[in-house]
Amino acid sequence: MSFWFWHGLRKGIQSTRYPLGIEDSPGVSPGRPVNTDFSTVEEAQRAADICPTGAIVAHDRSTYVNHGKCVHCQRCLHSLQSPMNWKAGYEWARLPANQTESLPLPSPFAKSMHIMVVDAGDCGACLHEVKQLNNPLYNMHRLGFFFTPTPRSADLLLVVGPVSENMRGPLLKTWEAMPTSRKLMAVGSCAISGGVFGKSFMCAGGVGQVLDVDFEVPGNPPPPLAILHGLLVVAGRKSLKSPEPILKGRS
Amino acid sequence: MADYSSHIAGGSAASLIDLTTALEERFGNRVAQVTEDGGIVLALAPSEPATLPELCRFLFWDYGCLFGGITAEEQPSRWQVHYAFLLPASGWIDVTISLPLETTALPSLVGDVHAADWHEREIEDLFGIHFENHPRLGDFVLHDQIWREGIDPMRKRFAADHPQLERKVDLEWQPLLVVGDPGSFAMPVGPVYEGGIGESLHFLLETVGEDVIRAVPRLFYKYRAVEKIAEGKSVLDALLLAERFAATSAFAHSLAFCQAAERIAGIKVPPRAQALRVLLAELERLRHHAGAIAAICESTALAVSAAQAAMIEEKLLRATCAFTDHRYLFGLNTPGGLCRDFEPEKCKALLLAVDNADGDLQVLENRLRYSSSFLDRLEEVGVVNGESARDLNLVGPIGRASAQQCDLRRACPYSGYEQYAFEVPCETEGDGYARLRVLFAEAVQSKKLIHRVVEKLEQGPVRVACDVQRPGAAMGWVEAPRGAALHWLRVNEKGVVERYRAITPSFNNWLGFHMAAENFAFQDFPIILATFGLSATECDR
Repeated sequence: MSFWFWHGLRKGIQSTRYPLGIEDSPGVSPGRPVNTDFSTVEEAQRAADICPTGAIVAHDRSTYVNHGKCVHCQRCLHSLQSPMNWKAGYEWARLPANQTESLPLPSPFAKSMHIMVVDAGDCGACLHEVKQLNNPLYNMHRLGFFFTPTPRSADLLLVVGPVSENMRGPLLKTWEAMPTSRKLMAVGSCAISGGVFGKSFMCAGGVGQVLDVDFEVPGNPPPPLAILHGLLVVAGRKSLKSPEPILKGRS
Repeated sequence: MADYSSHIAGGSAASLIDLTTALEERFGNRVAQVTEDGGIVLALAPSEPATLPELCRFLFWDYGCLFGGITAEEQPSRWQVHYAFLLPASGWIDVTISLPLETTALPSLVGDVHAADWHEREIEDLFGIHFENHPRLGDFVLHDQIWREGIDPMRKRFAADHPQLERKVDLEWQPLLVVGDPGSFAMPVGPVYEGGIGESLHFLLETVGEDVIRAVPRLFYKYRAVEKIAEGKSVLDALLLAERFAATSAFAHSLAFCQAAERIAGIKVPPRAQALRVLLAELERLRHHAGAIAAICESTALAVSAAQAAMIEEKLLRATCAFTDHRYLFGLNTPGGLCRDFEPEKCKALLLAVDNADGDLQVLENRLRYSSSFLDRLEEVGVVNGESARDLNLVGPIGRASAQQCDLRRACPYSGYEQYAFEVPCETEGDGYARLRVLFAEAVQSKKLIHRVVEKLEQGPVRVACDVQRPGAAMGWVEAPRGAALHWLRVNEKGVVERYRAITPSFNNWLGFHMAAENFAFQDFPIILATFGLSATECDR
């Protein structure tokens, strides 16, 4: 079995340079629509009308994007004569709309942060992207982040999915089992606004409807680097105001 | 069901006629037969539901048809229940029975076609139709400790935006246990487990210590009522749901949904769009299989191989994103074709990435084949024999590892699959290692298919206008990465969805999971789970 050890070593270091440097390999992020100025009022209105979740709001000749609602259907990119601007990047973590300030974890806990993940009805994409953080290309262990199977030793509850009715109980129990100084991060548009599932008899329409959220990472799904950015924000090692790395943008 | 007779290789359409004759002989004029564009619809008289089990047994066992699934539909004045069967290489058989709305019970198929078990449980839970002689109804989608009986949320009278019901969790509620030996106990696993990065589902391991006698999955923690909330939406909005209820096979499901919409609208997708759809579907399959292989390596705690497989998967995700601007292929399919075209340079870059992934997978497979400690954990673990696999109608790589050859790309080609040569890998052992070999072999075939599509790619439009503005119902089918997926759609004259049904491979195969998880050692549980590679979100919808 020693050959596995040898083959592992031979691969060398594969991990991303982020957060010390900028990761710009093609395909690390799908990008997202950004506020756009159109030349006519009608064009702006058409962009707002084509958005199926109401993430784009038109005001005069400009459009504004609420990324918490964007489900990345790309209709504002491919199905419009004058499309919205899209921008690459991944430093997307933000505060929930109802919060003006969220403090990061106190420093004794932030150096080695243990993360409890709860799947509250996720479509599999966000959960899959969270899982990618453990693979060598992202390797979140190098930053002192660990997944934990028990809420008792967790500092951060990371929730994906719009909170299905059958998962509401297990989610609340998990939260209650965590020691205080805990933080809660909602990952993905479904966890923030309900996404395409919205609010129904079976869906709470976002984690914010059930618990108080401290930080959000919008995206459908947010790529692993965006989730990593969220974790760094929770640990107080990145500020929310840090500028987005400028990558080759799509027009 | 428009126009699939043209896809079928010469001469095989005759077997549907043979079947029609055989049915006439056996069931006489009790079964009205309508032939519609190559498929057949058997409309049963409302007065004779008792024929149903016999007829379905005849189709499934005597004629070798595959069971697709059951779709119940509430129309203004009647129930319509569709039983889908596939005669391989010929076409779909839609056994339909119309019943007055007052009907509260139907005969159960479970005694004859075991694969119908969960379909009937779901219909009973969501529509309130009782199935006579079904051994176990209740507590399925709506968990009994939370939901009272008689809500029937799929009925039209129940509004999807109904306020959430006041929750009175029944603390006394106990799951049904079977093993009653002294000293036996049930170990609950889930719904939050595996370090949290597993999907939400629950297992009850009935054990007498180290050995687990049986493991029963309890699903639908993630039920988001996709079929219910799709009702009343436009086709384009419902497409978003079809694409996003199971993201790891998003393209396959959106493709099946679009095919159903295209059949209703009666349009043909341009050849370039068809070819690109094949390419994207195979890219998704390749990525899915790389992920499934990574999960199997991880379950055996062979860390280096798990890391290397995970890197292959992430590189494929990146290549997918560089090609389509989304890592999970969202936002590409639309009724009428694809939302966008791809430049030749992008195709070239994709081919390079696919070749690299394929090379890495082959290297990985060779190394795994010589890792005896790895093979020891997989061989003769989680065995499903061919008989059970046929009985429970297991689909996809799991079925094919247990000698069930059915692959919809072959058995009932769609989107132009008949133009491309490819093999359908099949194994007979039905153990964990057979399932792993099928995954590796299918990944190779996917890579070959991607190459063939790019070689043959014609120029032309990738989209035609497809405005679904006429009433109708149709089914779309695909071989999703985990197996056969059927999407059944009915729209009204305004193009509004009246009923949407997604029958998914995970729903089919979870039913068979307990066959593999019987009398095993506790430490093999994650391995059995990983070699099945099933998705809870795809099952729950």
